[in-house]
Amino acid sequence: MARVFFPTSLQQLTGGLEDCEVEASTVRELFAKLEDRFPGIREQLASAAVAIDGDVVPGALLERLDPDSEVHFLPAISGG
Amino acid sequence: MTTTRTGYKWVGTRPVRHDGLDKVTGRARFGADYATAGMLHGVVLRSPHVHARILSIDLTEAAAMPGVKAIITGADLPDIPDETGTGSEGGINFRDLSRNILARDKVLYEGHPVAAVAAVTLRAAQRAAEAIEVDYEILPAVLSLEEAMEDDAPVLHDDLFTLGLDSPPDRPSNISRRRVIARGDLDAGWEEADVVVEREYTTKAVHQGYIEPHAVVAETGEDGRSTLWCSSQGHFAMRTYTTKVLGWEPGDMKVIPAEIGGGFGGKTTIYLEPLAALLSRRAGRAVKMVMTRSEVFRATGPTSGSVMRIKMGARRDGKLVAATAWMAYEAGAFPGSPIGPGVMTVLACYDIPNVLIEGYDVVLNKPKVAAYRAPGAPMAAFAAESVVDELAEELGIDPIELRLRNAVTEGVRAVYGPKYRKIGFVETLEEARDHPHYSAPLGPWQGRGVASGYWFNFGGETTATVSINEDGTAVVMSGCPDIGGTRAALAQMAAEELGIDVHRIEPVVADTHSIGYNDMTGGSRVAFAVGIAVVDASRQLIEDMCSRAALIWDVPREEVEWVDGRAQSVTGASAPLTLEELASGAGATGGPLSATVTVNPRGAGAGFSTQICDVEVDPDTGLVTVLRYTVVQDAGRAIHPDYVEGQMQGGAVQGIGWALNEEYIFDRNGVMENPGFLDYRMPVASDLPMIDTVIVEVPNPDHPYGVRGVGETGIIPPMAAVANAVYAATGKRMQDLPMSPVRVLEALSGD
Repeated sequence: MARVFFPTSLQQLTGGLEDCEVEASTVRELFAKLEDRFPGIREQLASAAVAIDGDVVPGALLERLDPDSEVHFLPAISGG
Repeated sequence: MTTTRTGYKWVGTRPVRHDGLDKVTGRARFGADYATAGMLHGVVLRSPHVHARILSIDLTEAAAMPGVKAIITGADLPDIPDETGTGSEGGINFRDLSRNILARDKVLYEGHPVAAVAAVTLRAAQRAAEAIEVDYEILPAVLSLEEAMEDDAPVLHDDLFTLGLDSPPDRPSNISRRRVIARGDLDAGWEEADVVVEREYTTKAVHQGYIEPHAVVAETGEDGRSTLWCSSQGHFAMRTYTTKVLGWEPGDMKVIPAEIGGGFGGKTTIYLEPLAALLSRRAGRAVKMVMTRSEVFRATGPTSGSVMRIKMGARRDGKLVAATAWMAYEAGAFPGSPIGPGVMTVLACYDIPNVLIEGYDVVLNKPKVAAYRAPGAPMAAFAAESVVDELAEELGIDPIELRLRNAVTEGVRAVYGPKYRKIGFVETLEEARDHPHYSAPLGPWQGRGVASGYWFNFGGETTATVSINEDGTAVVMSGCPDIGGTRAALAQMAAEELGIDVHRIEPVVADTHSIGYNDMTGGSRVAFAVGIAVVDASRQLIEDMCSRAALIWDVPREEVEWVDGRAQSVTGASAPLTLEELASGAGATGGPLSATVTVNPRGAGAGFSTQICDVEVDPDTGLVTVLRYTVVQDAGRAIHPDYVEGQMQGGAVQGIGWALNEEYIFDRNGVMENPGFLDYRMPVASDLPMIDTVIVEVPNPDHPYGVRGVGETGIIPPMAAVANAVYAATGKRMQDLPMSPVRVLEALSGD
């Protein structure tokens, strides 16, 4: 199962939970399952950058997740 | 992805750049070099006030002046909704972008555009702009982070409510967002610490300082289709942003990239482009607009000024056990400072178990900030790396050794969450420690400082095409402006793959109608992401050419291999076919030889740099002179070492300027007092020694040649490296930038 880490700003929605495991094969499925469990979180995630196994993935919704993937939600990063 | 190999013919060499002759002879065409027949000249009327409500704009007199063909104000732009796109902290807000380009109901900084005029001559346009009558209601201004964050501060935006607070705010604020990163148990960390250092640091807004001012020529036809010639870091983004702000269709606009005279992040957004395009549509003629240097300073993005409070604790053995950081960054007139990368990078070099980082994005009456090389990271590193230096002294541990004891390595979880992949931070520290510079003797009033820095790097959406001409030469086409020598680097990777001379390859930066979409030249991404696409396209071509050779020889594909630029029979049954032969006969084997690859690659290898600075301080004048400077940086693999070194040197020089001289100086009314290079003092060649470079190569496993981005990391460590060197020379910790002679003298006189 993918392991999802919640930034401090989202931990109000997760009841203080810092991370959890979710059975999901894509980021889209992950978002749906997180929304089921933590209503309102999908809207918050919409503006976050998604990092999968350490890589920030632009437009990550359709990205596939491995069973041992780690997912983080980060502020958007602009380069110079 | 393939693994790296050694023994390259072109990768790692230093061929003359393909665009070099045009640039040294003046043939290269930059933004302001473009012109069309019958072209009009456009100028911008800018606000003289830092915060005011626009009560009315009277264009009557201006519109009637001779030669005036069109005038536009904010009312002529569509009032687009609050909508964000990618590319900035929290994404670009197109509503804010529109209102920064042309104010609607309020002006928010001195220099904020209020109207734009096109006329038959520049002087006629200027006179008309002066004749526009604007009635303002002056509003109280906020000019510092401290003022802006006060509860009763005048508010710039009535609809701005702070995001990221523990409970939703009930009134608007100048704080657009709070970001928090926390891990571990801080109380336990402080308990474990034997030494604790806590300091406050400030930095001023500084400009990217590109030599070439913003410039555009726009021509919009009766059919609504338009062409823009402009200098930017990404012509596809210019098209997207410009059409978004104007409410036009992207497909109706072609953007032709000019050469770019520096960008450093500051040309990743739009200022003049929509104005020129709309004026052109109104006037029915092409319109050229070029900023003055004063306009560039007053109305295009500097990077944030900042206030930071850092506290770090270490055990006696040098292990960092706890850290807190409180950081506030100026966003300028609209939200969007790089506080996100700031909080993520401030402690990213170190493996610290107990951390709390809190960051604030704050609007105030100054120009809207724009990206600047590793946005948000250099000021953060100034603070954190100064504290690390002080801890090293307190502990009696060599500053590089202290960093080595805490350095992040592959598999360590970054303070912002993910685990690091293959990185070369330790290698940069070891190279710096072992460099002769680090042990060279110093004289009186001389000191040495070191500092390190981290940057993410980026991949991004990319298209590249490689085509073979009938004479066996090749064209490598990308859609990313060449800022740092990427034409040469892309050609070298294609030459390496195809097995032909790099000068038989012509690298081309194609316009928006000639190649598929490309993200901007930013995020240190081009050699990485476009390099992957070019290598993949070259390999597709090789496969195609081997298949065609097999067709000609009437043998299975497996009996053909590609060696040194020609198809070769594995069995030796046929004489090799050269690239020229295959290309000239391509019509008979399937048609032209060309391959296009699109990618959006993951795996941009993170960059680390460690830098050593020697300074001499004049105790009578406070002048700090940099005597020697060494940049050690992990490039993964340097495709063209000259341009990798150039990026490292350029970043260091900009960081040294940030450290010693550069700052926006405002009068008490918020008007910039130094909007020119005579008074805004950037370092020039005669100010500095040759910047020495050491390229560390810890290959990025996700690039076929191991490339990591190199464009940004180099600017991160210099401010702390210089400050630590000044301390070593004087015994004074400089916590406020710039370390100008006045400030250094003040510090010295504090004895």
